[in-house]
Amino acid sequence: MLFAIQSLPFLWQGLLITLEVSALVVAFSLVGGVLLGVGIVYGPRWLYWPIRVYSDFFRGIPLLVLIFFIYYALPLFSINFTNFVSVVVALAAFETAHIIEVVRGALQSIPRGQNEAAKTIGLRFSQRLLYVIAPQAVRRFLPPWINAVVDTVKGSALVSLVGIVDLMLAIQQVIGRTYRPMPLYVLGAVMYFAINYSLSSASRRLEARFAYIRE
Amino acid sequence: MRYHLDFGFIWKYFDKLAWGLVLSLELALVSILIGMAIGLSLALAHTSGGRAVRSVVAGYVEFIRNVPLLLLVYLVFYGVPSIEGFAYDATTSFVITLSVYAGATLVEVFRAGLTAVPRGLIDAGKAIGLTGWQRLIWVRLPTMFRIVLPSLSNAFVSLFKDTSLASVIAVPELTYGAQWINTNSFRIIEVWAVTAPMYLVTGYSLLFLLQRLERRFVVH
Repeated sequence: MLFAIQSLPFLWQGLLITLEVSALVVAFSLVGGVLLGVGIVYGPRWLYWPIRVYSDFFRGIPLLVLIFFIYYALPLFSINFTNFVSVVVALAAFETAHIIEVVRGALQSIPRGQNEAAKTIGLRFSQRLLYVIAPQAVRRFLPPWINAVVDTVKGSALVSLVGIVDLMLAIQQVIGRTYRPMPLYVLGAVMYFAINYSLSSASRRLEARFAYIRE
Repeated sequence: MRYHLDFGFIWKYFDKLAWGLVLSLELALVSILIGMAIGLSLALAHTSGGRAVRSVVAGYVEFIRNVPLLLLVYLVFYGVPSIEGFAYDATTSFVITLSVYAGATLVEVFRAGLTAVPRGLIDAGKAIGLTGWQRLIWVRLPTMFRIVLPSLSNAFVSLFKDTSLASVIAVPELTYGAQWINTNSFRIIEVWAVTAPMYLVTGYSLLFLLQRLERRFVVH
């Protein structure tokens, strides 16, 4: 077990990259997903189909294929990103598509009457969204959103396949030197589990907290 | 754009992709069937078992759902056989991994489905004198399956996409076929431009077919 402990500082470096990739992707996909999600529900008609196609396209391709595709296809258009940037782009594009659906679900769960009532008392669209819709939609948004964050952390393991030394590849490299796969995979699984389990239990706590509201 | 697209090599070796797609579908199908067996038995154990059984099932579900599938693929393929007494080929290894992974998702699906069976139906079964097992087989399970059908279709399509991870342990499915053509032709962009739509079209066709199938079993 000693070598597994000795490899911890190296795995730590990998873990930081995993967290960095995940944090960037979560931030970008949150902004993109909320904007496009509001666009698909309340936007004009010409906006609906492009967002629908975007969302269905990116949700229909395996993440691994998408990562390879973006990694190799962008240079075709003379866009030369480093591998780090291109996987963040790929993961963010993928997660944004999922967040759009989460936002759409949350917004559509609000009874139409709420929007109409707010319109009747003379609120502008931005006010209706900010003061009436959003406070109610957020409780429907948070639990699935946290699940999407967990999926992001899990999906970030795929960046190891284009040579970014995240936690997954760090584990692989230590195994390449020690030829002792089992202890290291278990150690890696425990590390991923620790991050994701704390996130998913937060999601469950939120769900329990909002359980008093009935539709 | 100075790069000239050339799809010639891809059509020449299209059988790699076509048979890869078939294997992907097979992997997903076998895995969801085994996963359903795991999921259903654990869901029943969870609903009728004691505290110890519940925590074991919950532990399994939480562990699998919070660890990247890629790590599980490596763990089963490289990790487990390093302990003596285990030997299997890559395809078997991947099917084991994906089944265990599917099982964890499906436990939750079946558990929710069993809870959603209306109380009145079970009581009615009791009233006509069915025993516990008979109620399970003739009342609870058929009703549950109708309730969970949409979730099963989604799980199947999702598993189909997850089969792309089998390429990392050299199972010759669709993504592996794509990478094989890549290494032999360097027509990387063209390969992914063909492979991605293949996943897309197959995935959505499956979903469409399954949803039509669901409509025949829907309960009003």
